[in-house]
Amino acid sequence: MDDSQAVSGGTARTASAGTTAGVRPVPSLIDRVRRHRASTILAAGVLLLLIWLVLYPNLFLLADSIRGEGGGWTLAHYARFFKSNAELRALWASVWISAASVVFSALVGVPLAFLFARYEFPGRRIFSALAAMPVLLPPLVGVIAFLFLYGETGFLTRGIQELLGLESPPWRLSGPWAVLLVHAYTMYVYFYLFTSAGLARLDDAHVEAAAALGASRWTTLRRVTLPMLAPALGGASLLVFMTSMGSFSAPYIFGGGYRVLTTQIFASKVNGEVGLVAVETMFLAVSSLLFLVLLHRYEGQRTYTGTVKGTAGTRRRLGGGTGLRGAMTRLGLGVLGIGSVTFLLLPHLTVILVSFVPEGTWTTELFPPVYSVQNYATLFSRPDRLVPVVNSLRMAAMATAANVVLAFVAAYLLARRRFPGEGLARALIVLPWALPGTVLAIALATTFSTNQPLAGRFILIGTVWIMPLAYFIRNIPLVTHAALASFRQFDPTLEEAAASLGASWLTTMRRVAFPLVLPGLAAGALLAFVGALGEFVASILLYTHRTRPISIEILSQLRGYDFGGAAAYGVLLIVLMAISFGVGRRFMD
Amino acid sequence: MLFLERLTKRFGEVTAVADLSLEVATGEFLTLLGPSGCGKTTTLRMVAGFESPTSGRIRIRDRDVTSLPPQRREIGMVFQSYALFPHLDVFENVAFGLRARGADRADIARRVARAIELVDLGGYERRRVQALSGGQQQRVALARALAPEPPVLLLDEPLSNLDAALRERTRAELRSLVKRLGITTVFVTHDQEEAFALSDRIAVMNAARMEQVGSPEMLYFRPATPFVASFVGKANFLPATVEAVDGEEVTCRLPGGAYWRVRAVAGRGASFARGDNVRVMTRPESLRVSRNGAVGGGERPDAIPARVAERRFAGATTVYRLAAPGVPEELLAWGEADAASPGDEVVLERVAGAVAWAFPHGPEGE
Repeated sequence: MDDSQAVSGGTARTASAGTTAGVRPVPSLIDRVRRHRASTILAAGVLLLLIWLVLYPNLFLLADSIRGEGGGWTLAHYARFFKSNAELRALWASVWISAASVVFSALVGVPLAFLFARYEFPGRRIFSALAAMPVLLPPLVGVIAFLFLYGETGFLTRGIQELLGLESPPWRLSGPWAVLLVHAYTMYVYFYLFTSAGLARLDDAHVEAAAALGASRWTTLRRVTLPMLAPALGGASLLVFMTSMGSFSAPYIFGGGYRVLTTQIFASKVNGEVGLVAVETMFLAVSSLLFLVLLHRYEGQRTYTGTVKGTAGTRRRLGGGTGLRGAMTRLGLGVLGIGSVTFLLLPHLTVILVSFVPEGTWTTELFPPVYSVQNYATLFSRPDRLVPVVNSLRMAAMATAANVVLAFVAAYLLARRRFPGEGLARALIVLPWALPGTVLAIALATTFSTNQPLAGRFILIGTVWIMPLAYFIRNIPLVTHAALASFRQFDPTLEEAAASLGASWLTTMRRVAFPLVLPGLAAGALLAFVGALGEFVASILLYTHRTRPISIEILSQLRGYDFGGAAAYGVLLIVLMAISFGVGRRFMD
Repeated sequence: MLFLERLTKRFGEVTAVADLSLEVATGEFLTLLGPSGCGKTTTLRMVAGFESPTSGRIRIRDRDVTSLPPQRREIGMVFQSYALFPHLDVFENVAFGLRARGADRADIARRVARAIELVDLGGYERRRVQALSGGQQQRVALARALAPEPPVLLLDEPLSNLDAALRERTRAELRSLVKRLGITTVFVTHDQEEAFALSDRIAVMNAARMEQVGSPEMLYFRPATPFVASFVGKANFLPATVEAVDGEEVTCRLPGGAYWRVRAVAGRGASFARGDNVRVMTRPESLRVSRNGAVGGGERPDAIPARVAERRFAGATTVYRLAAPGVPEELLAWGEADAASPGDEVVLERVAGAVAWAFPHGPEGE
């Protein structure tokens, strides 16, 4: 729902926060080339690849936005954009929904983080782990879960309708508020995680010092705790804003007639408005880049650290008291705990439940009357149902394999070597993270629609290559940063030791660097693989019937009212995602 | 065996090593000794091939290796952090160099076994290196460097991560091992005691330059510069004036009116003349703390008046810290435990036959 980029983004951020390795010597250029011929060639290759796949397509986009119908440069498309009410409304909708998403996500995430960090109560550990649950929902699957729950025929909607004996559903899950609900549900995780991390760093001594100086608890919160958390809150705000600007699934499914920039781009694309699509995409891209820059600035300021190491904040026990007050507190917390866990798990449970409902058996009942494993049976037995699964697996595997190779080489170069264009390489590696999937897909569609081999353009649209390419580019930041973090963790002296023992550069890479980087790289690759498996935003702009991935199939099942079939695919994705997270975490440790 | 010819290494503006020349004979154990930042590790890394010199040449035997990458230099190296491969066990760590050189299976098994036996780690072949103690890790690192039988072994402070008792024991083992193998060894340390215990010769470095190369005895008894005198062992510096020059020796007038005849260490073309201000340097064991002498000279012409600032018992000897009028730096003397008490006015007598040197008072002085 907040589109797989979000997951990758979060991990990439954390990884990039790692410290730089020891001082690297600065030999002369000629010396460098002579001594490190292999890495010089590699650096040139990596840089060219990044320029070709990350930078170049976006330049075509820019060109398209200022190119007239008959050739020649024009600002006509921009003029059209600013004259059209629909366009401006979409832009405005994107901005205010993103701003509102920040507010709502913060309202959920920050108190939750405080609750878990500051208070001790039964079940705290489980709740704090579960609070990150929404991350475990592939983008589109989360959205359909909301549909099953709160949609016109959703469990909750029908339940309340029957309970109150209403003629029509009590609400319609449509328009901006539906989008906001989904955003708040998925994106509060950023605030939750950032604030938790911030609180963990903030040491008790500051709070105690404030108390000793006579500050009340409220004053301490206002004057000490919150200012020290400001960097974390700022970072989370920017991240949520950026993520919602690029969000596509929720507005696409729930927007109805209400368009945001991403869905407007999709509509224009369907209508074949090349120039307008380019202009809209430019706006989306520029706003995302702006926020990337702001985030980068913030990152630099996020340096408040406790002076005392390892003092975890002490938690106040809640509900530990005796008597009526203690009992009431315990009861209240119990209800709150069960309530929040239910709310957090409900989408997952719903998708699982619906996946056991055979097509056409569930009409007006509150709960489906018939359950069977038929959906899973058809998924694996009917070839046309299995095609999307095979497609997704194959395309995700191709993309991830490429990601692993590029990430290893790029991380090696960035961690161990200095080369001309290093700054550019770093920037281009981060760029796909900031650019929404919609922008990437449009840029790729523009660039790889004609055959001009000398200009580095080939016809990839409509082939099996375009989507793996998109997945590959989207996952460059995630996998590269995972590899980079591993490279920075191991001592470069190990490579020198190998060299002193007579190992060639290649042997050193194969026998020392690769095995040591493997855990981090594998964890990153797994996340990238799952992300690619459920990818929706870019796929919807690039797929053909023959190459349709799982997400597109889910959408078409939904359109054919085969909710069970759609949910079965969803469960498949959730299971794969959960396994990958589990395995990934083990690898990371 | 190993020849460093006018090596210079600059990192941007900073000169890490300046015009350093050095020869290491086959089978010799040579130590690069100096304070941190003096360029000793950079020198070692240039020999290993991890840094390339800005100018100058490095030869191993009759082969110019200056522009060769580390893997083709045939050197063995033990790193300060040991740099053992954490994903490989002891056997595979030791076998790494042999595999990299394409040795065959039987050869690898034989030579790894021998290397492991040399460092007395038999039975540990399949242990994970991270499960070993610091001392064992250090020995694995040594075995790994020795297994390919390189003609030159480089050691970068390999003992600095061991505790004091283990360090002393390992020192003796290390020296006897490399001497037994007859391997040419260059050892880097900032620890003078370690350098003395291990080395045939020591090259003292300071601020990117080589100060002096020589046997431990030579460095101690014939230091070429005030830096060597003070870095190798303890030194007392006394301001003095040259009264007479007599070949290699000069007679100096010290604070309090004492006259000492000392060895003149000119260095870098300087010479001494009557009336020059010099610095006279002695070792603490060359000064005897004496209470009975009356202050003011006359009785003993070589006695320097001083006042005891502190007395510290150090086992075999007692260390006196003294302040003498006209001497800016604190003086150290070793003596009997009951020679004087803090606050006593005493005289410092020169122990008969003890050497002392006069250094020119110039920018080279400390």
